Amino acid sequence: MGGTITDATATAIIETARRIAARGDCAARRARDPVNQPMVNNWVEALGDANPIYTDPEFAAASVHGGLVAPPAMVQVWTMHGLGGPDGGRGADDPLRAMMTVLDEAGYTSVVATDCEQTYHRYLRPGEHLTVTARLEDVAGPKRTALGEGWFVTTRSTWRVGEEPVAEMLFRVLQYRPAESAPGAPPGGDVIRPAVSRDTAFFWAGTAAGELRIQRCEECGRLRHPPGPMCPSCGAAAAHEPGYLVSTGRGEVYSYVVHHHPPVPGREPPFVVALVALDEGVRMLGELVDVAPEDVHIGLPVEVTFRWADDELGLPAWRPA
Amino acid sequence: MSRTSRSISGVAAVVGVGATEFSKDSGRSELRLAAECVRAAIADARLAPSDVDGLVTFTMDSNTEIAVAREVGIGELTFFSRIHYGGGAACATVQQAAMAVATGMAEIVVCYRALNERSGRRFGQVSPGGVAPTSTGVDNSWSYPMGLSTPAAMVAMFARRYMHMYGAASEDFGRVAVAERAHAAANPNAWFYGRPITLDEHQASRWVVEPLHLLDCCQESDGGVAVVVTSAERARDLPHPPAVVTAAAQGSGTDQFTMTSYYRDDLTRLPEMAAVGRQLWAQAGITPSDVDVAVLYDHFTPFVLVQLEELGFCRPGEARRFVADGAIELGGRLPVNPHGGQLGEAYIHGMNGIAEAVRQIRGTAANQVDGTRHVLVTAGTGVPTSGLVLAPAEV
Repeated sequence: MGGTITDATATAIIETARRIAARGDCAARRARDPVNQPMVNNWVEALGDANPIYTDPEFAAASVHGGLVAPPAMVQVWTMHGLGGPDGGRGADDPLRAMMTVLDEAGYTSVVATDCEQTYHRYLRPGEHLTVTARLEDVAGPKRTALGEGWFVTTRSTWRVGEEPVAEMLFRVLQYRPAESAPGAPPGGDVIRPAVSRDTAFFWAGTAAGELRIQRCEECGRLRHPPGPMCPSCGAAAAHEPGYLVSTGRGEVYSYVVHHHPPVPGREPPFVVALVALDEGVRMLGELVDVAPEDVHIGLPVEVTFRWADDELGLPAWRPA
Repeated sequence: MSRTSRSISGVAAVVGVGATEFSKDSGRSELRLAAECVRAAIADARLAPSDVDGLVTFTMDSNTEIAVAREVGIGELTFFSRIHYGGGAACATVQQAAMAVATGMAEIVVCYRALNERSGRRFGQVSPGGVAPTSTGVDNSWSYPMGLSTPAAMVAMFARRYMHMYGAASEDFGRVAVAERAHAAANPNAWFYGRPITLDEHQASRWVVEPLHLLDCCQESDGGVAVVVTSAERARDLPHPPAVVTAAAQGSGTDQFTMTSYYRDDLTRLPEMAAVGRQLWAQAGITPSDVDVAVLYDHFTPFVLVQLEELGFCRPGEARRFVADGAIELGGRLPVNPHGGQLGEAYIHGMNGIAEAVRQIRGTAANQVDGTRHVLVTAGTGVPTSGLVLAPAEV
């Protein structure tokens, strides 16, 4: 797993954050275009906002606004960086970019926006030209989150027309180190794959072929599950591959559980896992499917079925016979 | 066998115990927890770090003996050893120490276990299992891919069969939790100090893996516990009344697996614990009726019942009646886990149970059982395991 960062790394991040925050607002960046009607028309259409004060000159003139205005929530749109240029057009002194670079280098390679709080001081009108500044408000961490260990980075942006502030935004991101093999694997995901050795490859080759194979000693005939390299009864070790028979796949529930917590990769709780006593006389674990948990009982007759994790891996499972 | 195994009895004693606080987020490294509890145990024994020449821990512990020795200021080591199989190692660390002392391999041995089990790696969550085809990885491949991938689920499989065979009910498991939480409620060092539960609350707690409710499961804790072992002779010169190791044993059963011994004839037993018990009684020269206090490993309640049966306190299937009669409560015939156990005090992988046994012998436990002569301690259940009998020096 990713592990926890050292105190030294954390201290370095906090010091960098303090330095960036102390710079205050970055240089004002001017919007590419002034507030304009074509962009407003596209935006309200995309969002399904039919308010005529944004699009109908006559209606707007008769309203409290006395003319067309732009939707307040568009404020960020006017100063978007666009797709061109290095770093998406962010200025070199942009505090969020600076902080994200530091965290990225410390191994916090993923980012997710967590909060966005906008305050509008007044409506904007077509023709007004905005500038925006940003400063680093706060960096908190390292925090343990469901996504992995990370830092919350908060910035404050201010939009102005001339010297007049017209809108502000508090924006928070979580920059985190993805919890690859972290405990508490998320629901869904891939089932845990078996470790296959020379002694057990025959079993998994069997499930891939839709066969349930039980190891059978080629010397004394003892059946055995789980399989192993040497017969505990007679000491015979298979010359090449372990011998086996193909089970009828029929048996009955010897014991079972209904799993609720915690999440198990590749399975949706609640689900049933049963220890089945096969007719041949060995026991084997598998998920019990096609039955409600409350209808399961010890002694329930079952038969094998195969659950396919992917094209290659078939897992033995049971269903009521 | 009896001649050699008896030779360990009375040779060594526990002369110091040390622990960190028990929490859900220690806020410090596991190595620091280990160093803190080891140092505290040495100080409790009124010894100096330079006196220590042996260290023993679990293979699951993330702190090597050399790292702990460096932090604590322990110099040369002549004995270091680790025991495998999770919580099954707990009492075996003391057995290792006693054997080292008995054979002259070391004179002062500290056994430790320190973990951030709540704030760090949580054992109750699903881990990927063995991906490499080691014997452990291959063993796990018969359960993990099939969806049986947590300790609670693995114990639940036993519990269901036990209920089926003996007519035990969830309430029978619940009474174990209720008794232990009552003990913890009166132990200021317990996480659940002042917070007892009722059987109704046990029944109402959410399912983890049926037939186990949340309150059938031990807590998850951060903390560390260490104990100091030396010869019974040396112990006489140290200030605390020694807790003499009158018996120490390990046990693994036929067809043993780690938590998934599902292929034996009988799924309601713990033959590995029976093997430990037989050795303990033989070494100590006592019978179960001589035990005054039992510190039984309690990661999940059903195995407390099975242990009572395997160790000979009651017959197979009868533990639920034994428990329902109040036998395991303070004041009962066999007080079990007076500190609250891992259900109530903390989950330090069984090491806090050994510390409790020492306090019961010293007469300094929060819930002291009067006139304690023999204290039984067991380690992890469902895995290859271990056990101890501790007693005062004059016994």
